[in-house]
Amino acid sequence: MTDLTALKYTAEHEWVLVDGSVATVGITAYAADKLGDIVYVDLPAVGSTLAEGSIVGEIESTKSVGELFAPVNGTVIEVNDAVTANPELVNSEPFDAGWLLRVEFESLPALLSHDEYAALTND
Amino acid sequence: MTTSPPKLSPLHQQHADAGASFTDFGGWQMPVRYSSDLAEHHAVRTAAGLFDISHMAELSVTGPQAAEFLDFALAANVSALPLSKAKYTMILDEQGGIIDDLIVYQNAPGEYLVVANAGNRAPVVSALGTRIHGFDAALTDGTEAIALIAVQGPASRSILEHTQGLTAAPESAMGHTLATLPYYACTGMRFHERPVLVARTGYTGEDGFELFVSEADAASLWSALLEAGQPFGLVPCGLAARDTLRLEAGMPLYGHELSLDVQPVQVGLGRVIPLNTKSVDFVGRDAVVSGPRPGARVLVGLQSEGKRAGRADYAVFQGDSEVGIITSGALSPTLGYPIAMALVDPAVSEVGTQLDIDVRGSRIPATVVSLPFYSKEDK
Repeated sequence: MTDLTALKYTAEHEWVLVDGSVATVGITAYAADKLGDIVYVDLPAVGSTLAEGSIVGEIESTKSVGELFAPVNGTVIEVNDAVTANPELVNSEPFDAGWLLRVEFESLPALLSHDEYAALTND
Repeated sequence: MTTSPPKLSPLHQQHADAGASFTDFGGWQMPVRYSSDLAEHHAVRTAAGLFDISHMAELSVTGPQAAEFLDFALAANVSALPLSKAKYTMILDEQGGIIDDLIVYQNAPGEYLVVANAGNRAPVVSALGTRIHGFDAALTDGTEAIALIAVQGPASRSILEHTQGLTAAPESAMGHTLATLPYYACTGMRFHERPVLVARTGYTGEDGFELFVSEADAASLWSALLEAGQPFGLVPCGLAARDTLRLEAGMPLYGHELSLDVQPVQVGLGRVIPLNTKSVDFVGRDAVVSGPRPGARVLVGLQSEGKRAGRADYAVFQGDSEVGIITSGALSPTLGYPIAMALVDPAVSEVGTQLDIDVRGSRIPATVVSLPFYSKEDK
């Protein structure tokens, strides 16, 4: 089980796990719950260049479509093929097996701490 | 526009205790899902689901000229509706546009219950209030006093038959049992000596019942149904599942398939307007006799492959020409492929026509198919 306090977050409900120069990115349980049952995940290709804040993927539930924003500038080095095959992993294990992509970055932008993100979603 | 806070169902606390997520719908805060909208959807197709639809508007029409008034106000031939029967109909404006789709029940001798969509309660009440002038009839809006609970799915009848406290009402003039109650009919029953109106109607494409009960009795009836339903696989279901269920069943939703800008015939509901058998005048008659303007778009079903669904307001193309717009769409939980309803130009409405849906910049091929997408008889 991932330590949620060790993660960084964005206002677009993504989480970022930083390990050296690699960021693992997913969406939060809050976002997955809001979307409902996720039935389709569209991720960027390995090797593609991401610009922070741009739309790089889509997460569709039966009811709606969520956009995946790049939380950092960088290059996609790995995508989670397991969630493409089994999108429900994003609902069941959003912080673990439901991760979406790994990005090699040069510098990190300002991201939210766990407490800051919790305050944002405290509704 | 109203800025008042959303109304709460008399069952709100039950939903909150069950961990429901809520959404604002038609001015009400209603459950969108309890846990998984897919699981809720499948439960209705294979067992049963329990829905709180207390947001729906219940309007009662009484008086010596109740039927004559509704004959004039609605598209249906209400005076021909027998006691205990229900009729799916519309209330039209002078241009033949749809103010709302409705179910009308003759729920007591000479009395009619009109069930309208939550979001259209104000325009329906307003139109009926205007049209009632000159008739010896009375209109009462009972929405706040009445809770409406739907039990939908193949196990529905067994669940109602096993519900503690739900018994026949010998005093009911309608006298059906759950076993003999036909589709689109209603009967009076009792729930612990309190009256409940049970209708065999629904919005899921499965067998099912809708129970009208006083808001004071709603919580105990909800609990009794849940308890009786547990051995049958009954689960509480939110509006998300209700929407995918009705879409598979090809049932229109106001604000999506239906609006003031479309006439019933455009959305496949011409049969609902009894022009050949209804001799009395009604609001919108001249317009629907004339028909919509030439070339007006018509409702079709679209089926695609893969997993990406066209959704409401996405454009539909044939080659480079925009030929329509999606009104509702989703990845069908039962069928496993994307389905949509769309208003398209008549020239491309033939079953089998190949079209494209613009899904956020990419074109997804789609084939025009007949509605509904899913029918319980085909299982």
